[in-house]
Amino acid sequence: MEKRGNKDQKKATGKISRRTLLGGVLAAAVLPVQSLFADEVQPETPVLPEIADDPTKIVGPGPGPLGKRSPFEQPVRKPSDISSRTPLQDLHSTITPADLHFERHHAGVPTIDPAKHELLIHGLVDNPMKFTLADIKRFPAVTRTCFIECAGNFRTGKAEMTPQDILGLTSQSEWTGVMLSTLFNEVGISDKAKWFLAEGSDAAIMTRTIPIAKAWDDAMIVYAQNGEAIRPEQGYPIRLLLPGFEGNMNIKWLRRIELSEEPYMTREETSKYTYPVKDKIRMFSFELDARSIITYPSYPQKVNKGWVEIRGIAWSGRGKVEKVEVSTDAGKTWQLANLQEPVLSKAHTYFRYLWDWKGEATEILSRVTDETGYLQPTLAQLAEARGVNLGGYHMNPITAWQIKNDGTVLFKPETIK
Amino acid sequence: MNKKTVLILACPVMLLLMSLKTAFIPLQGKKPLTDSLKRPAKFGFGRPATAQEIAAWDIDVRPDGKGLPAGQGDVKKGKLLYAQKCAMCHGVDGTEKPGVKLPGNALVGDTSATSKPKTIGNYWPYATTLFDYMRRAMPYNLPGSLSNDEVYSITAYLLNANKIIKADVVLDAKNLYKVVMPAKKLFIMDDRKGGPEIK
Ligand code: HEC
Repeated sequence: MEKRGNKDQKKATGKISRRTLLGGVLAAAVLPVQSLFADEVQPETPVLPEIADDPTKIVGPGPGPLGKRSPFEQPVRKPSDISSRTPLQDLHSTITPADLHFERHHAGVPTIDPAKHELLIHGLVDNPMKFTLADIKRFPAVTRTCFIECAGNFRTGKAEMTPQDILGLTSQSEWTGVMLSTLFNEVGISDKAKWFLAEGSDAAIMTRTIPIAKAWDDAMIVYAQNGEAIRPEQGYPIRLLLPGFEGNMNIKWLRRIELSEEPYMTREETSKYTYPVKDKIRMFSFELDARSIITYPSYPQKVNKGWVEIRGIAWSGRGKVEKVEVSTDAGKTWQLANLQEPVLSKAHTYFRYLWDWKGEATEILSRVTDETGYLQPTLAQLAEARGVNLGGYHMNPITAWQIKNDGTVLFKPETIK
Repeated sequence: MNKKTVLILACPVMLLLMSLKTAFIPLQGKKPLTDSLKRPAKFGFGRPATAQEIAAWDIDVRPDGKGLPAGQGDVKKGKLLYAQKCAMCHGVDGTEKPGVKLPGNALVGDTSATSKPKTIGNYWPYATTLFDYMRRAMPYNLPGSLSNDEVYSITAYLLNANKIIKADVVLDAKNLYKVVMPAKKLFIMDDRKGGPEIK
């Protein structure tokens, strides 16, 4: 059988110079190794225009081809070695601007010519077919707002952490594309098919197996994000959208779907995205469990005595947010928060709770209940259910912010061991 | 027209019933998003894929061995290839060394479940996954550059280094999928279905 690598790759040499390691392929791909070498990427310092004392006395610049943020607003993602996180604390509602959507990829962001990109659907189908991007756009379209969250979302460990540091691997967009069931109908699916493999055309040729019920339920192939073509980091020109499922399964740069009677057991569903539960390793946790986080007030903000509107987001991979409760006395009592309508299924839901802070040191927390009746657990409850060797995936504990006497806000890192 | 086509055309409620019947994951009794009220049996967009086009991309390997290509490899050749193409990122012998940070994960460890780090020996449930993954994504700097024989050999080397197969085993499409991985017995499928239980 032929080698899969293309001609260029075959010609290229596998020798790695130190320069390559430090500044070339690896740096571009943002590898784990980078923690050894890379400096923390700093947000650009804002270049402020000359500011008039009275803006009503000076005619401003005219219209331009592309809008920009106010130079006073500098929300940025926070890149690490292998991902880049959404600044949840800078957002006032649930749509994530596309350039702030979190990123996670395993071999960098490919550059794909949309005119050449095709999607192959084959395996247990009546007619194996290829669809161009133009073909896909001709099918009836659907728009849906939902979150995408990495199953490894949740960091803890120190008090000086922002919502972005703790839970920045979740973002929400309004996605547009075709229902996967529409394409499945077009190729005709055999009754024997119980699973499908989705594959990307990045250098990782990322693959995941998905239960076919998801295709008949709400899976989509999307080409637009917040009204425009999706960003390269989000899978341009097309990605799979599996509302409520692990981010990793929402295969980006989608090029192939194969229908099968059994799962493929790819690396990402065995060696990765699995976690210890007592003395076993749990796999195939697709749906993301309900969780919430207060994004205001949060570190490094400060609060003043008097009325403080506590704000945050809550979501569930299993459906709608039923209610969010807030505690301002370190979890002793809980009050209902207001939910911003419309509350959508498998979507970030904004909550707000008005609190009269008298200046006492305390802790503030939020917890969500989803429409299946699931109440967001504490870390201790998770440890009791799964054992103390909790892994890094599917961790959704209630999180707390410490409010100090002087109004300083700090994260409350918790440990179980 | 197959059964599903008819159902989709018939009505969304029936489609829902059908998906409940075949559901692996629980559906919440909601109507699926419908994209149009009336639609043809087929739109006629797209084109038939040729056998060559499918073969060019169909590189996945399943746990039952389906997809394993022709070719073979052995531990000795694999050891050499590993030294040439993998050691610079995964370490001379693939094991984790205290205080040494490498670009790639540790690949060799012992086969005890409680040992760290997670390696092929203690955390990979299927040998086919190893073949599939390395063929598509490794070496990281030259993905897709290994021949099938080379992937068989490196798989043999890594399985032997993890004390899973003997040094004289020649791996091919007939025996690779039969290798029993030590971690296989640890893996359980998530059976949670929503609801109040914390699990
Ligand atoms: C340039 C550095 C580099 C080279 C060379 C390299 N790898 Fe890797 N390897 C990586 C990185 C980085 C990852 C993790 C990728 C990810 O997270 O998706 C990895 C992951 C892996 C994994 C999966 C480990 C796990 O636990 O999930 C295997 C197996 C592997 N490599 C085998 C090989 C083999 C075999 C070769 C030689 C043919 C090789 N690698 C060459 C960097 C490298």
